[in-house]
Amino acid sequence: MIQYTVRRMLLAIPVLLAILIVVFLLARAVPGDPCKSILGEKATAETCERFTKIHGLDKPVPVQLAIYMSNMLRGDFGDSIRFKRPVLLMLAERLPMTIELGMAAMTLALLVGIPAGILSAVRRNSAIDVVTMFGANIGVSLPVFFLGLLLIYLFAVVLRDTPFSLPPSGRLSPGVTPTPFFQYYELAVEPNTGKFYFYQFIAKLYILNSILTKDWVVLKDTLRHLLLPAIALATIPLAIIARMTRSSMLEILGLDYIRTAKAKGLPQRMVIMKHSFRNALLPIVTIAGLQMAAILGGAVLTETIFSLPGVGLSVYEAITARDFPVIQGFVLVIAFIYVSFNLIVDLSYAILDPRIRLN
Amino acid sequence: MITQSSESIASVVQIPDDNIADIGNYKSNSLWRLTLRRLFRQRSAQVGMVMLGLLVFTAVFAPMIAPYDPARVIEDANGRIKVRQPPCIHLLGCPTDQSQHIFGTDGNGRDQFSRILYGARVSLRIGVTVITAAVLVGTVIGAIAGYAGGWLDNLLMRGMDIILAFPFFLLAIALVFVLGPSLENAMVAIAIVSVPTYARVVRATVLSLRETDYVEASRALGASSWRILFARILPNALPPLIVLATLGIATAILDTAALSFLGLGAQEPTAEWGTMLGRERNQIFSAPHLVLIPGIAISITVLAFNLLGDGLRDALDPRLVHGKGIK
Repeated sequence: MIQYTVRRMLLAIPVLLAILIVVFLLARAVPGDPCKSILGEKATAETCERFTKIHGLDKPVPVQLAIYMSNMLRGDFGDSIRFKRPVLLMLAERLPMTIELGMAAMTLALLVGIPAGILSAVRRNSAIDVVTMFGANIGVSLPVFFLGLLLIYLFAVVLRDTPFSLPPSGRLSPGVTPTPFFQYYELAVEPNTGKFYFYQFIAKLYILNSILTKDWVVLKDTLRHLLLPAIALATIPLAIIARMTRSSMLEILGLDYIRTAKAKGLPQRMVIMKHSFRNALLPIVTIAGLQMAAILGGAVLTETIFSLPGVGLSVYEAITARDFPVIQGFVLVIAFIYVSFNLIVDLSYAILDPRIRLN
Repeated sequence: MITQSSESIASVVQIPDDNIADIGNYKSNSLWRLTLRRLFRQRSAQVGMVMLGLLVFTAVFAPMIAPYDPARVIEDANGRIKVRQPPCIHLLGCPTDQSQHIFGTDGNGRDQFSRILYGARVSLRIGVTVITAAVLVGTVIGAIAGYAGGWLDNLLMRGMDIILAFPFFLLAIALVFVLGPSLENAMVAIAIVSVPTYARVVRATVLSLRETDYVEASRALGASSWRILFARILPNALPPLIVLATLGIATAILDTAALSFLGLGAQEPTAEWGTMLGRERNQIFSAPHLVLIPGIAISITVLAFNLLGDGLRDALDPRLVHGKGIK
């Protein structure tokens, strides 16, 4: 298992390298002059010359790539051309938003999708099954951007002034400010160091930070703001997971050993959860892993609609502004998360099904 | 091909005389005939086909049904542009001295109903074109990789792996930026990111069949590699490809609409549902119909293809055949 894990992690390196090269080339293939798109159309030729020299854009692309990779290996992802801030710091500030959103969406998709699928399979052809699968079909067909706007309309317009009203945008309400945990515990940290970035990263995970600082007002406000975007982002994965759970469970429930288990007089709960669900898990885990891509991609749309300062929105803005260092750093981190998730899914096969020998 | 008359079959297996006539009238049940029969029996597929039929009808007859040109800016009696008018339906009590706009007018004063009808054309064209291109390219790549094997297989499939290593939508956004924002480029981007799915399916089929006896027999008879590939092996990849392609059309429509929503796909004045929704998204509080109607239109179209795709998958699944193949 350890050997396989190490081998898979090593195999991920060329994939990430290939991704880096593709992103690097794509970023440079965007038509137009980066100087003009960042400094404006009125930038003079001299200003542009200085600009391209400062950012190393006058060098051949392979040289730029080599410099970038050597810097990256030392933990330097460069500075944003637009904001003139280190990309790593921007990542530390914006990645937590996307992680919170993605995890909330995935948790929602799994917590609702799997029980719905099981119930649907166990009560096959009943009203519950029909309603669940009808809902799943609708859910899988709803565009994220439309559902997001629909939820905003419902919870911020129709249900305004009711207890069910939910905020339509942002991470926190005006006036609610979280205290970073390192300030709360009076931890000394030098700015612009790796430790500072890490502390920033944890402090921007508002849910974790508010638990660490015991600030329940911020926690409640964060969760209220997170709910609508998480529902919007979770709907398609939820529907797909529910459908896969149902079909996988139906296949297992029709097997002889389940009949034997029932004939032995085992309680239904045990037959379903221990005998059927455990064996139906493999395809569910696979499809849930694949949904991570949908969640990371959907984050661009969700963050745009709900004005959330996350990685998705940042990448989109960086592409429009041709902010190369931000595009490269952020896309690489997203790809890293995605590749890591796929690795976790592969490794989980061996835990779920001992017959699978990973070597 | 070896043919046997019903008499010779009877002489070998000694079928009673009264059954010989039945064998003579025996109608072959091809996979496709069985599939169609099973497809028409499924409720979800029936619903999907009816919805799709209506969409195709709308798309084809849009110029005859639409009361206005989708790009025409409508003015009132005083020459003012009718911007974001609420729906006005005479049958539901809207004064007859006002012109009828079933879904109201948009931010540029154009009839929303006409634009929705024309949008069906755009969406269906997007879905079918994108997936046809992706299936064709994916089939060629998958077939070459699977049949040739070796370094060519490695090269092609690692290329596919790199595309798959990106979150689908992010890569599409990056590609559109490289190609330039337009509907055609958005379609090209979605087609490119869709290719690996089809390439993998075709490669898997080719790999599983290239060493089988009937392929060996064709090779021994002197069939060329192309003939073996396209006439002997690839037809076996058709069932999974058809299912994937039908479901893929739904995804392509959804993703192209999402790109248009971000301003990267169809540009004004094209009547594309994603663009219509994106341009009016800030009106969700003041004119929600301008957001809800294009959104519902996209959802219905995607749902129709999803239902049909699900139905096709069940119809083509050999495990779901209940011995009703031969009458």
